[in-house]
Amino acid sequence: MIAGLLSGDAPRSRILSALLLAILVALALAPFLFPGTRPLDVAAKVCVFVLLVASYDLLLGYTGIVSFAHTMFFGIGGYGVAIALSRMEPGWGAIALGTVAAVALSLALSFLVGLFSLRVKAIFFAMITLAVASFFAILASQLSDFTGGEDGITFKVPELLRSRVATYYLVFGVALGLFLVLLRIVNSPFGRVLLAIRENEFRAEALGYRTVIYRTLANCLGAVVATLAGALYALWLRYTGPNTTLDFSIMIDILLMVVIGGMGTMYGAVIGAAIFVVAQNYLQEAMKAFSGAMQGIPLLPDLFHPDRWLLWLGVLFVLSVYYFPAGIVGQLRARKKA
Amino acid sequence: MSHPVLETRGLTIRFGGHVAVNAVSCRFEPGTLTAIVGPNGAGKTTYFNLISGQLPASAGQVLLHGEDVTRDAAPVRTRKGMGRAFQLTNLFPNLTVLENVRLAVQARAGMGLNLISMWNSHIELIDKAENFLARVALAERRTALASELSHGDQRKLEVALLLALEPDIFMFDEPTAGMSVDEVPVILDLISEIKQQKDKTVLLVEHKMDVVRSLADRIIVLHQGELVADGAPAEVIASPVVQEAYLGVPARG
Repeated sequence: MIAGLLSGDAPRSRILSALLLAILVALALAPFLFPGTRPLDVAAKVCVFVLLVASYDLLLGYTGIVSFAHTMFFGIGGYGVAIALSRMEPGWGAIALGTVAAVALSLALSFLVGLFSLRVKAIFFAMITLAVASFFAILASQLSDFTGGEDGITFKVPELLRSRVATYYLVFGVALGLFLVLLRIVNSPFGRVLLAIRENEFRAEALGYRTVIYRTLANCLGAVVATLAGALYALWLRYTGPNTTLDFSIMIDILLMVVIGGMGTMYGAVIGAAIFVVAQNYLQEAMKAFSGAMQGIPLLPDLFHPDRWLLWLGVLFVLSVYYFPAGIVGQLRARKKA
Repeated sequence: MSHPVLETRGLTIRFGGHVAVNAVSCRFEPGTLTAIVGPNGAGKTTYFNLISGQLPASAGQVLLHGEDVTRDAAPVRTRKGMGRAFQLTNLFPNLTVLENVRLAVQARAGMGLNLISMWNSHIELIDKAENFLARVALAERRTALASELSHGDQRKLEVALLLALEPDIFMFDEPTAGMSVDEVPVILDLISEIKQQKDKTVLLVEHKMDVVRSLADRIIVLHQGELVADGAPAEVIASPVVQEAYLGVPARG
């Protein structure tokens, strides 16, 4: 049963299993374990980013596709729900319509981008996705009648979702379900072909796999899941704007989460997103306490001033990439083998 | 009139001004092992790449069962029955030995686009893959990563991938290059087993003349991109043009 849910891809490390279980329990019981607005906000963001990062791992870690357009699809999901809910009666019909329209748009865009550019070298594909994503971000801020421009869109949600706990469980449930779907996809015969393409595309072709089809399909799947993550995030925030979805800094965050967690592992997305989002929200406070405790000692209080939190996050990244190039999951699994 | 399994007509490729393969026309029949020999740089591997679709032809045609496949990409030709093993080992380094072969078996079974079932649940494919591994004497290394194998074992895995495709046409490019002496017979026995199946066609690029002599039913000689000799092994090896082109002995008279 559990093996089936995990698609036969067990964490393969006791520490990793314990970590994943702890994160699962913490997220599942978040409204009861951590009362308050802020912790629940962090938990919901973790859920959304686990899904978003996992869908990016499908591209980067499993297929070896470097795309910078992932936030675009994330944004399409967010705007789809926001536009539908702000213009129609705020009900489930609007959510469904907004989501379906967003998924359709993402599918079409990812298919086109994939078809035109996955044939070319990886670096060109990366540049094209960067250009398309930038174009889309500008479009979203310019079409202000439609998207609310830089201000974004605030909207009302259906009755049931006015309860934070109910919305949280919607986000949690959908994220968990889709994560398991992704886990199944990467462990299917199709998923193994993606790995083969990442490892040696030339040879995959020689075995008879038309790799452009596989890469395009992976690109579309990643885009659809990112779109759904965007829709969930919008429902949670009851707001969609450029800063919550399309901003390039979010793309960087996704990249960091996938690298820190461990590329090509899926579980890396869970670990990476959990650590990153929590650090993003609590590192400042931890530093404030630390800085306070260091009063009287020269230099240190300044060095750990809460305003330096980005510096320390940067140091953590450099250290983690340097010492764990395979990410946390890769490191934990390697240790078990040795 | 029945078609040959494989035929090249005036097959040519130019790299800039250099003609690497020049108007090579040749027919290949089932139940035959044809060795392709020639000095380094004669265009043997390039000729292979043109046949199996890794390189696009500048001119000429490749016909498979009489059908023109010159415009087909490599994966399409593979699915039409051409199987290729590479001279420089060309594997999936961070996948296990078994997964490498499984990918070939799965390609043959046409299951690559299955997203729903679990990779591990297709016992019949795994059994098949294990079977091919056993044939190249690699069964014990099934859980090792391909990159962890010794050079000789990687060559064996390369051959196992070709076997797993179960093609009509087997194309071996120096399959025993760099293998230790005691590993070579496994591969040679396999190749001669394949050629005993009357419906299989084998093409073999090989440098070692003893291997060629023991396996080939026919030899073609490439020299500077051109086909210069074609015939039964004994007569080709003895011909003056081969003595000069291949062995570097100047032809007399």
